[in-house]
Formats: sequence, structure tokens, C-alpha cells
Amino acid sequence: MLVYLLRRLGQAALVMLVVGLIAFGLFQFVGDPVNNMVGQDATPAQRAQLRADLGLDQPAPVQFARFAGHALRGDFGLSLRQGREVSALISERLPATLELAIAAAVIAAVVGIPLGVFAALRRGRASAQVFMVGSLLGVSLPTFLIGILLIEVFSVLAGWLPSFGRGATVQVGAWSTGLLGADGWRHLVLPAVTLAVYPLALLMRVVRAEMLEALRSDYVRFARARGLPDRVVHFGHALRNTLVPVLTISGLQLGTLIAFSIITETVFSWPGMGSLFIQAVQFSDVPVMAAYLCLIALLFVGINLAVDLLYAVVDPRLRVRTPAGGAAR
Amino acid sequence: MKPVAAGADGAGRLRAWRRLFASDLWFDFVHAPVAVIAAVLLLACVAGAAGANWLAPHDPFDLTTLDLADSHLPPAWMADGRAAYPLGTDDQGRDILSALMYGARVSLMVGLAAVALSLMLGVGAGLVAGFAGGVLDASLMRLCDVMLSFPPILIALLIDGVGRVAFPQARDTLAFVVLILAITLTDWTRYARTVRGSTMVERHKDYVQAARLIGVPPLRILRRHVLPNVLGPVLVLATIQVGQAIITEATLSFLGVGVPPTNPSLGTLIRIGNDFLYAGEWWITLFPAIALVVIALSVNLLGDWLRDALNPRLR
Repeated sequence: MLVYLLRRLGQAALVMLVVGLIAFGLFQFVGDPVNNMVGQDATPAQRAQLRADLGLDQPAPVQFARFAGHALRGDFGLSLRQGREVSALISERLPATLELAIAAAVIAAVVGIPLGVFAALRRGRASAQVFMVGSLLGVSLPTFLIGILLIEVFSVLAGWLPSFGRGATVQVGAWSTGLLGADGWRHLVLPAVTLAVYPLALLMRVVRAEMLEALRSDYVRFARARGLPDRVVHFGHALRNTLVPVLTISGLQLGTLIAFSIITETVFSWPGMGSLFIQAVQFSDVPVMAAYLCLIALLFVGINLAVDLLYAVVDPRLRVRTPAGGAAR
Repeated sequence: MKPVAAGADGAGRLRAWRRLFASDLWFDFVHAPVAVIAAVLLLACVAGAAGANWLAPHDPFDLTTLDLADSHLPPAWMADGRAAYPLGTDDQGRDILSALMYGARVSLMVGLAAVALSLMLGVGAGLVAGFAGGVLDASLMRLCDVMLSFPPILIALLIDGVGRVAFPQARDTLAFVVLILAITLTDWTRYARTVRGSTMVERHKDYVQAARLIGVPPLRILRRHVLPNVLGPVLVLATIQVGQAIITEATLSFLGVGVPPTNPSLGTLIRIGNDFLYAGEWWITLFPAIALVVIALSVNLLGDWLRDALNPRLR
């Protein structure tokens, strides 16, 4: 178990190092900062002096170490476009993205899991078939189209829900929340549903597949033979055993939510990290891009690590595996 | 070509067609209504896109034919619509149907190019990893593990972003290269995984051992003996991935970081149309969206059917 843990930790650290290198590499493309800072008539000596002051004359590994040191403290410098601290920009945008992602995750789990169980139990009936076609649509439709359709139906045609921004927000300490007023909730509905469609459909399909697998297994057949009522067989035996893979998928979907929020935020002008990142890509705002890159990588590595460890806790077979051959997968 | 050669070639082709129509796969196909409908829809879209130059009623890129007086026209069946513009026009008086056909062509080309490239990269990497084993295999598979743990759209966005910073003058052709590379570098891991798995199975089989014994060089064994035997599952995967690649392209273009605006794809058209949604001009965005969904969905359905048809165990 300890070897497994150490191996996963080492792998996570390696990934972060590579992502850090990519982020650092981005800065090399922006051009020589010294040229932008000195005037036309600066002497070579002045340039060299500034270069030394900024530490740009040192070898790349030293510069990278300094970059990494700053990054670890959350310091990515100033945004090229907005001239403000990148860390301030991100911490300002973080609450919006997190509230959106969590709302979507709740919708996906609360709707997706029961639908998957239903589709498995009613296999082959018309009602289950409808849900399966729906889930195929949900997996196939690009997120931005779902957003546009929802806007067209609920904002433009019906005029029920707003489609733009977060509405009124309340500042609670450093956290600006839209969840304390009716206006914020109304603004949250469409983006959260949009973001939830893909994980919902995926979760439903996974639950259905796992559930069907479990229903075919010997222990379910035995439970039936013992004369247990359907309810106990379905929920006590079959569903409980499907939850391990479902747990993995849902955990990994959390990261996907944050990633897809880039698209949802763009469609709904939601002031979160995703729209910040897209603007940074459009304007080649390197410090913001680098910070977002590192943050997202950290998030994913963290989630994957947590899911793997949870998996090892839930599934005892993983614990006795030796590191040889990577047979764990 | 000499007539004799052409005749022999034609006969061979005829035989190949006969064999196709007599095969189990064809029988399966004809008896799967969903697959037939998907194939027909997809063929129609591909034909419309490929023949845009001849089939499209207008040339949306020829500025001299554009007339601002014709802008914001609704589809032909609505009150103000005109028969010359069956699906209406956008804010610059461009015919939506024509723009859509040209856009579908861009989308399909980017999707196919990205899948072809990543197929080559992935199959190559998978073959080498599965055959060579050892450190090379381990490091390649670790890389795949890491990349597969991120959602594809995010990796594509990041690579696209890095590419845009690296090539600031990326207009026109270069923008396409960056975009296709972004999708390629995102997708190759799936093929590599699959191919590596089947290569590891194949390499212990007798025919590979026999080839090795008579001194066939490793690369030739890979190319002539192993490759044909591992290609099946990957090609099914590639079919499904075409749909995925088209959607990835559309998403990047919708976000404004995809194809250059001079060569709009379906995603770009949807992005442009999105601005007019509130003016009630839904047709500018809805028709490209429908085209995108039809293409992506029919590719997915065909891929699903192919997977089931080639794998009878699933039935």
C-alpha cells in the first residue's frame, strides 16, 4: 500500500513538474522583456544591468527554479492585458466557477444515478429506450450547443430565465457568492443545467451498464433464489456493488466539469476562471495562461490521486498488488 | 493507363464490390435501420460539403456578390424569405445554406486530417511500445495515462493556446496547422493504448515467432505481420473519433481559438450566429448547429453499429 502510495505521489509530482516546465516555456515566446522596459537609447551596459537585476542572465534551470518557487506561493506576476496580479484575478473568479461546477455536479448525480438504475431495471422497454437515446444525445451534443438551445428556448422565446452573467452577488469575506439571493439562483439555472448534461448522460450510461452487469451476476441470482423481494435485490445487492466504478467516474467528472466550464462560461458570459482563460488564450496573455495551466493540472492530479487512493481503500485487491509490471490497471 | 490494365483493374474492383455485398457486414448493415439512416444522412452531408463549389447556390466568400440589402433575411418559407436564399442570410447578406456547405467542408477536413494524423501517430507509438516493451513502453504508457486523465477538450485547448503563443502570426494556414496538431496530440493516446494491447498479444503468436526465426527485421514484422492484425479495433475507434474530432474543432472555433475567421467552420458560424439570437434571428445559428449535430451524431451511430457488428459477443 505504501509503495503504491509513493508511486502515485511520485507520478503526480512528475506531472506537475512537466506542466510547470510548459508554463515556464510559454514565457520564452513573449519576447525579450528587457526590450519592452528600456528606452530606445539605452546603452548595452544599461541593458546588461537590467538583465542582471531581473535575473535574466542566469541559466534557464535557475530561472525555472525561481519561477517554480514563485508559482508555489501562487505568484505568477502581472496579467499582460489587465495589468493586475494574476493571483488576484484568479481568486476573484474562482468562486463563480466553483459554484457553477458544484451545482452541475449535484444535478448530474441526483438525476443521473436514478435514471441509470431505472434504465437498467426497465431494460428493453420503451421508457428506458427513450432515456438511452436521450443520454446518447447528451453525450454527443457539444456543450456550447446545449447552452445556445437552452438560451433560445428559456431566455429568448419564453423569457423565463436570464442568460447572462451571475446576477446579484454578495461578498462573504473573500468569497463572492450568488447563492444568497433569488436573482443569483435564477442566473445559475441555465449554466448549471448546461454544464450538467454531459456528466449526467455519462453517469447514467455507466450506472446502467454496471447495474446490468451486476444483475447478471451469480450473487443476484442467488439472492433471487433465496426469495428476497426485488427491492432488496436491486438496491441492497446490485446497486451497492455498482457504486465503486460509479465513484471513480464521478470523481473524475469533477475535473471535467471545471474544464467544460470554460465553454459554459463563454456561452453564458459567466465571470469565472474559464472565461478568464479563454480571453487569455485569445490575447496571448501568458501569465494568466500559465497560472490557469498550473491550477488545472494541480486540480486534476489531486482528483486523480484522491480517486486512486479511494479506490485502493474500497477495493482490497489493489492493496496487495506489487509495483511490478503496473498490473494494477 | 493501358486498356488491358484498366480492364483487369475494373474486374478486380467489381469483384471487390461483389464480395462486399455478399459479406456478413453488408447483411448486418442492411438490416440495421439506424445505421442505414445514419449512413444516408452522413453521405448527404459529405456530398454537400465536398461539392460546395458546384452545389452551393452562392459563393459566400465572393464579396462582390454580397448585397447588404439582402442581409438578415429569414428562411425562404417565412414571410420575408426569398427563394434565392433557402435558409436565409446573415448580417452581411451571405446565404446561410452556402456558408453552411463551405463550413461543413472545413469541419470535415479538419476532423479527418486530425484523425488520420493521430491514427498514424498512435498506431506507430502503440506498435513500438507493445513490441519493444521495457522502459520505452513504460514511459509511453505513463504519458498516455496522464493525458487520458485530462478531458480531451481541455488538452486541445491548452495545446492550442500554447501553439498560439508560440506562433503569434498564426493566421490562415498556420492556424489550421495549430488546430489540427492540437486535436492530433490530444487523440493519439487512445489509439496507442488499443494498439499496444493487441500488439502485446500478437507478438507471442507463432506467426510472429516464425517470421522472427527466418530473420525478418523487426520493423518489417511490425509493418507486414503485426499491423494488419491489430488494425481492426483501432479503425472502429477511429470512426467514432472522427465525430469527436469534429466536435472538438467546432468547440475551439466557437470559443474563438479555432479556425481563422477567413475560413469559417460550422463552429465559427454558430459563434457568429450566437450574437443574433436575441434579435430573433435564430436561423443564423440554428442551421449550422443542426448540420454539426447531424454529422457528429451519424458518425457516432455508424461507429457504434460497426463496433457491435464486428464484435458479435456484445449482442
